[in-house]
Amino acid sequence: MRVKVLSRNPDDYVRDTKLDLQRVPRNYDPALHPFEVAREYTRALNATKLERVFAKPFLSSLDGHRDGVNCMAKHPKSLSTVLSGACDGEVKIWNLTKRQCIRTIQAHEGFVRGMCARFCGTSFFTVGDDKTVKQWKMEGPEYGEEEEPIHTILGKTVYTGIDHHWKEPVFATCGHQVDIWDEQRTSPKCSLTWGFDSISSVKFNPIETYLLGSCASDRNIVLYDMRKSTPLKKVILNMRTNTLCWNPMEAFVFTAANEDYNLYTFDMRFLESPVMVHMDHVSAVLDVDYSPTGKEFVSASFDKSIRIFPVDKGHSREVYHTKRMQHIITVKWTSDNKYILCGSDEMNIRLWKANASEKLGVLAPREKAAMNYNQKLKEKFQFHPQIRRIAQHRHLPKSIYCQIKEQRIMREARRRKELNRRKHSKPGSVPLVPERKKHIVAVVK
Amino acid sequence: MAEQDPAAAAAAAASGSDSEDGEDGERRHRQLLEAISALSGRKRRKLAERSEASGQVSEFNVTCKGAGEKLVLSELLQPIHPKSSLGSVRKELARVKRKAAVELPLSKEEAKRVVREAAYATSSKEVGKWQQVVLQNRRAEQLVFPLRQDIATVTPLERVTSAWKARTPLEQEIFGLLHKTQQPVTDPLLTPEEVASLQAMSLEEALRRRKELQKARALQSYYEAKARRTKQIKSKKYHRVLKKSRRRQALKEFEQLHKSDPEAALARLEELEQLRMQERMSLKHQNKGKWARSRAIMAKYDLEARKAMQEQLARNKELMQKVRVDPPEEEPCEVPEEDTTALPLPTAASGANPWMLGKPSALALEPEAQEGPKDDTVPGAVENKDEMEEEEEELSEEEALLQDFKQKRRERAGSPKGHSEEHGQKQQLVGADETEDSAEQPRDSPVPPACAEEMGNSPVPPDCSEEMGNSPVPPGCAEEMVSSVLEPPPQAQEQLLLSERLHRMQTMEDVERLAKEEPVEEQEKLVAPRPRKQAQQQKEGRAGDKHTKKTTAKRKIISLEAVLDGKPHEMDCSSLPVVLEEEEGGIEQRGMITEAFAGDDVVADFRREKRKVEEAAKPQPVNLVLPGWGEWGGTGLKPSARKIKRFLIKPPPAPPRKDRYLPHVIISEKRNIHAAAHQVSELPFPFERHQQFEQSMRTPVGSTWNTQRAFQKLTAPRVITRTGHIIQPISAEDIPDTAPGSGARLGAEDMPQRTAVHRGKGGKAQPRGGKGGKAVPRGGKEGKAVPGGKGGKAQPRGGKGGKAVPKGKAQPRPHRVQ
Repeated sequence: MRVKVLSRNPDDYVRDTKLDLQRVPRNYDPALHPFEVAREYTRALNATKLERVFAKPFLSSLDGHRDGVNCMAKHPKSLSTVLSGACDGEVKIWNLTKRQCIRTIQAHEGFVRGMCARFCGTSFFTVGDDKTVKQWKMEGPEYGEEEEPIHTILGKTVYTGIDHHWKEPVFATCGHQVDIWDEQRTSPKCSLTWGFDSISSVKFNPIETYLLGSCASDRNIVLYDMRKSTPLKKVILNMRTNTLCWNPMEAFVFTAANEDYNLYTFDMRFLESPVMVHMDHVSAVLDVDYSPTGKEFVSASFDKSIRIFPVDKGHSREVYHTKRMQHIITVKWTSDNKYILCGSDEMNIRLWKANASEKLGVLAPREKAAMNYNQKLKEKFQFHPQIRRIAQHRHLPKSIYCQIKEQRIMREARRRKELNRRKHSKPGSVPLVPERKKHIVAVVK
Repeated sequence: MAEQDPAAAAAAAASGSDSEDGEDGERRHRQLLEAISALSGRKRRKLAERSEASGQVSEFNVTCKGAGEKLVLSELLQPIHPKSSLGSVRKELARVKRKAAVELPLSKEEAKRVVREAAYATSSKEVGKWQQVVLQNRRAEQLVFPLRQDIATVTPLERVTSAWKARTPLEQEIFGLLHKTQQPVTDPLLTPEEVASLQAMSLEEALRRRKELQKARALQSYYEAKARRTKQIKSKKYHRVLKKSRRRQALKEFEQLHKSDPEAALARLEELEQLRMQERMSLKHQNKGKWARSRAIMAKYDLEARKAMQEQLARNKELMQKVRVDPPEEEPCEVPEEDTTALPLPTAASGANPWMLGKPSALALEPEAQEGPKDDTVPGAVENKDEMEEEEEELSEEEALLQDFKQKRRERAGSPKGHSEEHGQKQQLVGADETEDSAEQPRDSPVPPACAEEMGNSPVPPDCSEEMGNSPVPPGCAEEMVSSVLEPPPQAQEQLLLSERLHRMQTMEDVERLAKEEPVEEQEKLVAPRPRKQAQQQKEGRAGDKHTKKTTAKRKIISLEAVLDGKPHEMDCSSLPVVLEEEEGGIEQRGMITEAFAGDDVVADFRREKRKVEEAAKPQPVNLVLPGWGEWGGTGLKPSARKIKRFLIKPPPAPPRKDRYLPHVIISEKRNIHAAAHQVSELPFPFERHQQFEQSMRTPVGSTWNTQRAFQKLTAPRVITRTGHIIQPISAEDIPDTAPGSGARLGAEDMPQRTAVHRGKGGKAQPRGGKGGKAVPRGGKEGKAVPGGKGGKAQPRGGKGGKAVPKGKAQPRPHRVQ
């Protein structure tokens, strides 16, 4: 008699080491796993809900300034260091891991208007209301040394902003004109002017480093070329632009934070109309900073909230606010793409997660896989009304909420009026002006 | 050479002279002669003679022979050889002459503008070389940041320390100390002295030491193992025996001590007394421990348990008893103290409470045997310590270990005493823990009532335990908050990424509630025609507003059901009933139509179809009849009527159809409002056709349906960043596809064209303004990958500016209202 014995290859089920996971043989026959859409929908719903439940973006607040925080700068080489300047002329250097102030300097009399770190991270520059540009060492003074700037440049006019070149020992200040300085000299290499109004901010392009962008209080944005020491083009908007920021991954894209509650993303080559108008704020936008991946940016507003916008979306994906946070003057996205820092009127710097529901710390591989899967599910089912509704829900303080409502009504009324006007006038006499073109007054060559 | 030149000039003059007129010829002839004379070696030039009076006398001996002659520039150049370089100059001159006057220079402003324009053109061209890279990054399935993975280098310690200097006084002091001992900073990690001592040791000695050390380690591990083992023994008998032996041991020791050193024995006795007092103060050996309570339950039935309990109580009493000590022998000061406390107590207060006993019934002369060993350990330990301290000065760590070990061994060899001592201690500790536990226990766990009864003095009131059991149950969740929030117009809502509210969601329940809110609003939306929609209709209605109803009809819901079924829609079936509306004055047309459809009876067809639809829409009975259960089954046998009647479940009748009074209309009732709240009502942006979208929904991504690798690939995140790494802005070196590709790619695009990406997305962001403003065909794939594209359905994009409208619903039946 022959006896048939069931035999299996041990390679199929024996683990290599004890630490390996048990291999689970699976049959992927779709007939055995029915209702895939319904099951995945449920999973997506749960993932979305959990995301909202775990959305706790606020990490900590760095307090210590004795006046409103007016400007901040990232350290180019150290993730844990951040610099901040206050309205009383005090500059503080913070350690983010310890969440402590590690150094305090009385840098200026009056406001610290702007600050920037040198590309190598050994020193930083500040400009203040006392018409000086000062260069400081990043490290504290040695034992017995005095806290003194390395260089001090006395100017004739007040400087309102400063930015350092990304590769060379050159920096630019703005005030009555845009000055480009060599670090070694006490007079500017060249001064760029176009029109006579105070310039509020100047920024170097991080990729094509010879390009500069500035915004002035006569509502315009001017681009400059440092090599030819000439302005390039000027675009005049409806209202004043407070500051601008270049995209660190796309050389020709920059975003401008405007007084008319909107942000405008421009392509440098086509200034006639912005690529995208980002609207959600309900008060003037005061500062903007790109994420180092160039996919998103964060904006700080006078309406006491910060918002995160995807570069290619017209509306924000996230809004952060706390009860105690007042008008936010400056905001920075840290260079590891994980955190956001905002400095506000009420003397605090706040540290937020860039991704509100992200789990910090090291993730186990399975945890990571689950996270990726959840992310994918959320993406896949994002158009379903229930999921969209949950994912979009945000709590807002009453003031902002009411203002949004009010502005929505106003916008709707304006739109309706235009529609009516068009309906009752000769066809073609009331042209359709796209939203993007509405805010541009002129482009000056 | 100098001589030759004039000769050549002369020759040239001679050759050129032929063409000139005679007067000139004469003059030239003379010149020639002069030249020839010059050739003959006389360097000095003859002064020109003045032959006639002339007004134009030059002091430089330049005579103007032809007085009224005008000097012509070409003539000046004439004598030179025609091949000379001046020929070109001459041409140039001629051209210059032909030109008009020079224009005025540009004004300063304009000049600047020109410069600016030129600069802008060049720099935007330069920036434009990034176009390809940017597009590629936007489209990329996955981006890993930082783009350049550089390996972090750790600076060696020497370099760090060499650069560093001690500055503060504290630092200097520390540095001084370190330098005194010549503490090495880097690799060897041994001071010179240590090195020297190592060298001093001979080989044999080292070997011996090593052996000893090894032995010691082995013994230690053995000892530890044994200790662990004994610690784990739970046998009561073992422990009882152990305890007994320990007691005996202690007695023996005490007697020995009494004989050898009475004073020490006395001291010991005193200590014992102290311990007993402590014991009295503690609540040990009362009937509150876990063990005691368990015994208490058992005592009713079990004789042994009762005995054990009594024993324990006796022990308790014994311990509690105050030792009547003779004043001369013991310390006098303690007694009155005790007496004063004892005096006011009434003697007959209670027999049960030993604390109330004024006079001890019996003297406990013999110190508690259990307590004995405990204090025994203390001097031993002290001795050990003394010994250790003596030696430790010279001994290194290993030696200390050895010593310690020897000590232990000695103890063990002498008697199991040391060992048992430890046990005794431990036992006590455990006992103490137990009592503490038992003291706390009532608070933690509600005592069963039976138990509470038995233990008369249980501190737990029954109601208390009940209270504990009741966890505060929150009253049912507050009723759903009706959102009085103004819905944004649908267009705006579609654009908004966030829906901002005044209340915060914090728990899963909140989220659930949020989810429940939707259906209401959804229904509202469905019922009430929205103003926005109306507005849109009005806009459309400007041209001709006949089709306003159709727009609502066009709205089609992509249902989850449809996705699940995967069946073709009924809409697609071929026979379209055409129902004609009555139109006044259209008699001719009607005649034509009847002529055209002479063959087929459309109306009858439609009626038939309607009946069919009605039938299909009726709820079907559920058949749960199983043949063979409870009766015979098999081929040819039918389940009994009784069974059928019982198991054929009839559904409740459907609500009346909406089109029951409309003979020419079929209103489909397939749409489930309750389900609609969960369905996507509009085709989302990147998709072009609803099939595409449904396809994308139908393909699962989970690991339940995909192999591990496919799962990983499907769920790969779009952007990967590394923790703690700084992401620098992109630079030319970062671009993958190095040397040949990058250069080519960076410079590939000469003049950038505005890309479709911006347009497409821009169109989405501002639908109000930009709709249909420009009909730009979208080129290629957008930043977002189309999930439907995976199924091989990459259709070219239609040229619509705004929303993509599913084309499938372009031709619905005329009167079918979805």
